Amino acid sequence: MTQEITTTDRTPISKTNAPVIEIKDLYKSFGKNEVLKGVTLTVNKGENLVVLGKSGSGKSITIKCLVGLVEVDKGEINVFGTDITKLDNTELNEIRIRIGFLFQNAALYDSMSVRENLGFTLKRHAKDLTAEELESQIIDVLESVGLSEAIDKMPSELSGGMRKRIGLARTLILKPEIILYDEPTTGLDTITSREISELILEIQKKNKTSSIIITHDMPCAKHTSDRIVILKEGVIHVEGTYEELEKSDDEWVRSFFI
Amino acid sequence: MNNTITEKKESITIYLKDTFNDVGKVTLFAGRFFKEVVKPPYEMKEFIKQCYVIGYKSLPLVTITGFIMGLVLTLQSRPTLAKFGAESWLPSMVALSLIREIAPVITALICAGKVSSGIGAELGSMKVTEQIDAMEVSAINPFKYLVVTRILATTLMIPLLVIYADGIGVIGGYVGINIHGDVSLYRYLAQVLESITFLDIFPATMKTFFFGFFIGMIGCYKGFNAANGTESVGKAANSAVVTASLTIFIIDMLAVQITDLFF
Repeated sequence: MTQEITTTDRTPISKTNAPVIEIKDLYKSFGKNEVLKGVTLTVNKGENLVVLGKSGSGKSITIKCLVGLVEVDKGEINVFGTDITKLDNTELNEIRIRIGFLFQNAALYDSMSVRENLGFTLKRHAKDLTAEELESQIIDVLESVGLSEAIDKMPSELSGGMRKRIGLARTLILKPEIILYDEPTTGLDTITSREISELILEIQKKNKTSSIIITHDMPCAKHTSDRIVILKEGVIHVEGTYEELEKSDDEWVRSFFI
Repeated sequence: MNNTITEKKESITIYLKDTFNDVGKVTLFAGRFFKEVVKPPYEMKEFIKQCYVIGYKSLPLVTITGFIMGLVLTLQSRPTLAKFGAESWLPSMVALSLIREIAPVITALICAGKVSSGIGAELGSMKVTEQIDAMEVSAINPFKYLVVTRILATTLMIPLLVIYADGIGVIGGYVGINIHGDVSLYRYLAQVLESITFLDIFPATMKTFFFGFFIGMIGCYKGFNAANGTESVGKAANSAVVTASLTIFIIDMLAVQITDLFF
């Protein structure tokens, strides 16, 4: 019997909370292919924003622009009040440390064990840590994703769900204020997907993080979202809560919730 | 007829454009290497690991090929020298051929196949699976960690492997001479050392630093710039071997010309 996740115990996110991410009129093309044609969206502090849309609608590109992985053509991306499109690499790195990014396939470093994967990032950003402190932080973060027994495993020995959890642990070890999830439950079975969704909620509650969650998995969207936006043809087509959009007058919007 | 000529002209123009474009990108890539290599932090642990992988792990292959190079060169040269009654020159000829030309080029080509393709495939696969992006978003400079360490390691390790191959090749030559004759090791080595001068070793060793640099740089460039999709990993590895091998021959040709001019 699997545990049903309810959203009833979740603290509603006030729209008056200061926005931590503000994307204004974002454009991005690859050759003649115009992917983003003026995306505008806001994420408030402590909020989970789910982004839906058809494949190729520019969801992943939007969050890659947010961390400077993809250079924007036009538009403004304010993160913590700073327009990251105007920053040089050193300044951008200072913002990047405060943002966690969970890649679709977790992107664990294949040549490193789980311990090394987690320590690799931490060692470079917390140089004052002793070996004992480093080890204890690695164990703590692994316990928070329920995988402390995997510490000496190599990524090739992990299942899809375990890889996602370790990827999340690697993200959490720097204590980010914003987490960007790129299809966190894709390729996972229903039970593991639910466990990942629970973990996302737990992290939001415990660490007070703000998140953008890109997903096609509607149960995940339902359980994790405070607000949902749907991308269509390079722009935000509609915005609302899960319940609002589920009852939308727009048939195309409703088709996501079937 | 006119259409065919126009089409051919267009395809040549596109090919030339792509080639110059690639040369430009490789130059920028090399420029970035020289900029990043002097800037701290220095990834010493990864550099030492790469030296071990590129240098130590190539030793068995270099040992076998070095030994065979010396042995075969001796066996093939013997009949020709015998015709002129110059068999006693065999140790000098083998040593000079190996040190000046054969060992550097063959070892570099072997390393282009083993090391450059390995780096191309490794970095290409990291690119495709977003591991390089993961470093970037964690505010870690992937160029410094992955590229600088590998290029430095190949630049240092290839010359050492070539020097090692020189030694093994000379031993192979000794075995080759003793298949048909009976020469003591002491006499053989004395003749080898007598025939080699500083000017034989210095230019030959200098060019191996360039071989090493380009083997590493081409492998890293191809892998780091691999397109998305698993197919591009194979393409990156293959292209790294072909380009690195060709570059070795071009460098060798230039090095020989420069050596002739100055030494």
